Amino acid sequence: MTSAKSSSLYSGRRRRNVIMMALSIGATLFGLGWLVLVLGALLWEGFSGLSLAVFTEMTPPPGSAGGLLNPIVGSLILTVLAVIIGTPIGMLAGTYMAEYGRYDKLSSVVRFINDILLSAPSIVVGLFIYEVMVYPMGHFSGYAGAVALAVIVMPVVVRTTEDMLILVPNQLREAAAAIGMPRAFVIGKVCYRAAKAGMVTGVLLAVARISGETAPLLFTALNNQFFSTNLNAPMASLPTVIFQFALSPYKEWQQLAWSGALIITFTVLALSIGARALAASSKQS
Amino acid sequence: MVADISSRAKVIARLRVGDIGFRWLTKGAAIGVLLILGGVMTSLVIGSLPALREFGFDFLLTQRWNPVTEKFGALAPIYGTLVTSFIAMLIAVPVGLLIATFLTELCPMWLRRPIGIAIELLAGIPSIIYGIWGLFVFAPFLQDTLQPFLISAFSNVPVLSALFEGPPYGIGMLTASLILAIMVLPFITSISRDVFDAVPPVLKEAAYGIGCTTWEVVRYVVLPYTRVGVIGGVMLGLGRALGETMAVTFVIGNAHKVSASLIAPGTTISATIANEFTEAVGDLYTSSLIALGLILFGITFIVLAIARYMLLRIERRIG
Repeated sequence: MTSAKSSSLYSGRRRRNVIMMALSIGATLFGLGWLVLVLGALLWEGFSGLSLAVFTEMTPPPGSAGGLLNPIVGSLILTVLAVIIGTPIGMLAGTYMAEYGRYDKLSSVVRFINDILLSAPSIVVGLFIYEVMVYPMGHFSGYAGAVALAVIVMPVVVRTTEDMLILVPNQLREAAAAIGMPRAFVIGKVCYRAAKAGMVTGVLLAVARISGETAPLLFTALNNQFFSTNLNAPMASLPTVIFQFALSPYKEWQQLAWSGALIITFTVLALSIGARALAASSKQS
Repeated sequence: MVADISSRAKVIARLRVGDIGFRWLTKGAAIGVLLILGGVMTSLVIGSLPALREFGFDFLLTQRWNPVTEKFGALAPIYGTLVTSFIAMLIAVPVGLLIATFLTELCPMWLRRPIGIAIELLAGIPSIIYGIWGLFVFAPFLQDTLQPFLISAFSNVPVLSALFEGPPYGIGMLTASLILAIMVLPFITSISRDVFDAVPPVLKEAAYGIGCTTWEVVRYVVLPYTRVGVIGGVMLGLGRALGETMAVTFVIGNAHKVSASLIAPGTTISATIANEFTEAVGDLYTSSLIALGLILFGITFIVLAIARYMLLRIERRIG
């Protein structure tokens, strides 16, 4: 009697376990399925419109064929400029938090704020730059777009710089200090070198992050139908062109939006896989 | 000899200046990070003052959004933001936890890294890609399959029929919620997996030792032990969902209306700003949009602060 009861209890537990485990396998397939579906549609639609013209011709007027040369160049300029502005500030701030004030109050406040900036909605950054740059200047500009992207680059670089410098063993610092190196030299010649791979990874991740950012560019760099390298004027970028073209009723524009989406996705995936490989190789050495 | 000493002193003095200078430079950069956040808040508050002064507390409570008569209320976007994020979390949290369970308990070792990387790649895809996919692939698919099914299945059920009322547009609140769920899934999964991995093996082995099934180990040992971390991960995902802009803008329909039906078009705070900001004419219109931004920033700030606090707590316990 009791054994029958306990065996039914046992089989009930077993059954529940089997159901939950089946659900967890199902959930994993569900999650991976989306990746396949999104990338599949992207490859299918993007490749069918990809040709040399996409890289050599300007964005067309509605209803005619063309390419994406000006947004591609615009995106490259904005990204490079954003990295040039954002990386030094991020690295210096990360250096302070890891080297000078590892345990002080300022560092823990900055760490907290930085983590919030890291996941804050990027559209708010766009509004901020609009208020402080676009509105006073009176017009949209490439500069404003680059600064908006720099605000997004910075927290990523702060975070990785700090994390990587904390991993540098203290013996290295002590040995360098013992031969009479000033603190700034210890950091510059010893710590930075030891943490180099990790810090480069951080910059790559930051570039991956901003190369698809659209929201902060909408009210800063705006868009430009023509080829322009003038940073003081509105500037085209791939994400904003995709936004505009995808929502348009014209077939040619929608096709170009897909091609642009494919280019961005490949760039982002290549960057994040590159960053991962770099981090893995530096861990081994 | 004297010259030698004095030149040495000069070099040391120069190094000293460089040393102190570098220290202040780094400290300045750290303070700069604080100033930027302060600047974001200040600029949003200043920018939204005209709208808040004009409409006062009513801004939060009214639905009207009329650029012609310049009457603005934020209720519809706030409602849309909260509802889409809530539905997204309703789907993403259980699925994310189940995937984390699979990765830490069931998955063969050789498969763990590839699946983990694939899930993280899902997190790296820019949101505009989800947007264009949602608009051209996912929304038409839902229009043909899920939405007609939901409408007919619940048409005679009292409460649910109101939730799924109206023609199947494809775009709308439900579509936006589903895309948001796909987008936050990787965040929840990767954080849950990390905290699940940090459970001391001894605890799990003890539970297996007294005859627990895998599910019982997860339910009664792993989850209670990692609760704080999981909540942190969920909050982080929620922060993403609330602020997500481009993917939602493509599929939400941009209708300033609070409607009970989930398949009706709606709007969210971020989608409203993205759609209307560059076309906004007049100070009051612009200011109302900035006020929306301020509300969004306020909500996400609180959610993210809770997330960080939770994650910090579990880090301390594990670390």
